[in-house]
Amino acid sequence: MARRQRYLNTLAGLCGLALVGCANDEDTLQSQKLALIKGRGELICGVQGTLPGFSSVERDGTYVGFDVDICRAVAAAMLGDPDKVQYRDLNPSERFAALASGEVDLLSRNTTYTLSRDAAGGNGLSFAPVVFFDGQGLMVPRASGISNIKGLSGKPICVETGTTSELNLADRMRALQAPYTPLKFQTSDQTYAAYLQGRCAAVTTDRSQLAAKRTGLPNPDDHVLLPDVISKEPLAPATVNADPLWSDAVRWTIYALMQAEELGITQANVEAKVAEARANPNLADLRRFLGVEGDFGKQLGLSPDFVVKALRAVGNYGEIFERNVGSGSLLRLERGLNRSWKAGGLIYAPPFR
Amino acid sequence: MNRARALTNRLRRELFATPLDGLITVVLLIGLVSGLKALLHWSLTQADWAVIQANSTLLAVGRYPLNQQWRLWLLTALLSGAAGISWGLLRGAGWPRSDRLAAAVLLVLGLVLPAGLGLAAPLQQRWWWLTALLLVGRWAAGRWGCELPPRWRRLLPLTWPVLYLSGLGLIGGGLGLMTVRPSQWGGLLLTLTEASFAIVVCCPLGIALALGRCSELPLLRWCSTLYIEFIRGAPLITLLFLGQNILGFLLPGGLAPDRVWRAAWILTFFAAAYVAEAVRAGLAALPRGQWEAARSLGLNMVQTLQHVVLPQALRAALPAIVGQFITLLQDTTLLSLIGLLDLLGVARAVMANPEFLGRNAEVYLVLAILFWCCCAALGVGSRSLERHLNRQVLRSQP
Repeated sequence: MARRQRYLNTLAGLCGLALVGCANDEDTLQSQKLALIKGRGELICGVQGTLPGFSSVERDGTYVGFDVDICRAVAAAMLGDPDKVQYRDLNPSERFAALASGEVDLLSRNTTYTLSRDAAGGNGLSFAPVVFFDGQGLMVPRASGISNIKGLSGKPICVETGTTSELNLADRMRALQAPYTPLKFQTSDQTYAAYLQGRCAAVTTDRSQLAAKRTGLPNPDDHVLLPDVISKEPLAPATVNADPLWSDAVRWTIYALMQAEELGITQANVEAKVAEARANPNLADLRRFLGVEGDFGKQLGLSPDFVVKALRAVGNYGEIFERNVGSGSLLRLERGLNRSWKAGGLIYAPPFR
Repeated sequence: MNRARALTNRLRRELFATPLDGLITVVLLIGLVSGLKALLHWSLTQADWAVIQANSTLLAVGRYPLNQQWRLWLLTALLSGAAGISWGLLRGAGWPRSDRLAAAVLLVLGLVLPAGLGLAAPLQQRWWWLTALLLVGRWAAGRWGCELPPRWRRLLPLTWPVLYLSGLGLIGGGLGLMTVRPSQWGGLLLTLTEASFAIVVCCPLGIALALGRCSELPLLRWCSTLYIEFIRGAPLITLLFLGQNILGFLLPGGLAPDRVWRAAWILTFFAAAYVAEAVRAGLAALPRGQWEAARSLGLNMVQTLQHVVLPQALRAALPAIVGQFITLLQDTTLLSLIGLLDLLGVARAVMANPEFLGRNAEVYLVLAILFWCCCAALGVGSRSLERHLNRQVLRSQP
């Protein structure tokens, strides 16, 4: 009997140990990524690398673009320096493997937010807020006279493989019962080169990319975007599912950029706003947002003034948009759905409380 | 007059001997001339070379920090000096026709090419200095090299490994120099670093594998055979993807080596299997009697390999091994598919710059010429090495 008791005790002890082990695992798991990045002193950001306006390489070798500025904002919020980023060019078919294996910390690479990419049974990503609301469109040569998607029935269409564009096109053409020949390419360069050579009647991808690429074609006015929008393409940065603390830090850094636009805080006036918040104890909302009081930063595992650091580095959401793809750039995209909710758009940050 | 007639005779004999020969000659000539004319017309009138001028630094060294580029210039200067001196010591004081030709080509390349590319004036001058250093080194070493004591001359081949290691140190930094991480290397610099590393390391590895495969110890033989057959059964690109994506899962974050070095090692392991097969062919071509003669002279295994077997086997395998090196150099373009900014990767980034969209033909043409130059240099080097070795063999025969 005594022997049995001892046996049971041992068993219980072992179970307890196992549980403690699990709890420990949980703890380290949560802060693993943040600690790793802080220890490394550098954020590794997966980008597309060859998409004008979103991420491309300047002549002096620096990365610029909308997606790049998101990386810089996160690096500034976490490490205090927007230049502490290592960029990795990823192609569509390897981007999720690179994120899952920990090759990159953050994927900021015009990735569409979908169920199967978010679900644990699918790619198992954790998406940050949508930073760009896009939709898939089609571009055709003006001379072809094609005016809508039905005109493409029976014709070849160029598409990049491994993207949602490929699947959306197939679904839409099947719904229209229009036969077509998809010409699939690994990279966007090849896709547009084939389109320019006349190997396909149309090229399809997100409308922002089409507009961006069109400005770079030899005669931009010879090409038109068809009015059909065949999908919703909310583009969002992504992190792995397994590290909620890290995902939250990224999520709220991006919300902070949107909230700053709503509050009228820009790269130029952020210092003045901080001084104003320090001087006036009645501006409770502003004081909490800029980390003058409260512990929002600490709750996320970041420094109290992470919002100020991000804004100092890249400015608010509206500034990032205009500088890279909007009126301040060669692409001149309209803000459209990407206006702040106060101006009738979809950009909306939950309260900083 | 006589010479002109001899020339016409020769032309008639070689190009227009029969009506069919004449027809082939004419058709080929028309094809060649029209092709060349079209290329010249395109490159002089339609092509826009601004894309190369503006991005020459990016193509050459990628995202290497601007204020550290003096290290690369220093390395290039050391390399051209060492090349000039080695050349001079090998050839002696005379300037045979092939040397005069090579010097003229170098002079033209060094003086005209930088100006033709429209590089900035300081950069042009640096190229002139480098060319001058190479040719002066050749002249001085040829003039006074033979007066050096033989002990010093024997040390000379050692400068190359030393130079290679210090070159890697100069590129990467450390020991007081600012560290430049491999992720910042790019362009031609990355391509040449990866290819030269793989070439240098895969050689001993390949020889060891070939000897292992011919070994009489079963386990060693099986392991070598398994390795060689596994590598030869998998395409390089799958191995590269495996290295980039699987290593991250196997090793916890941060422990896996940098992806540039990962790719370099995979290139090395891949090439080693093919070099091993080439060396094995060389070993198989060696008559059995050579082994037996060496053993009966009382040489042990290591001495037999070192003095009798390997020198002959490697000479027989040299053309195949160099062919493998050239393939390896061209295979480095696959690195752009795994997101490294090698020469092709940088070129793709350049072509995506909104300012230069649609300038693909110019960029690809320059890439082709650069690769051709590198591969041709390897080929010329290996052929002269072959001639050198064959001459020694002829001389040593009674």
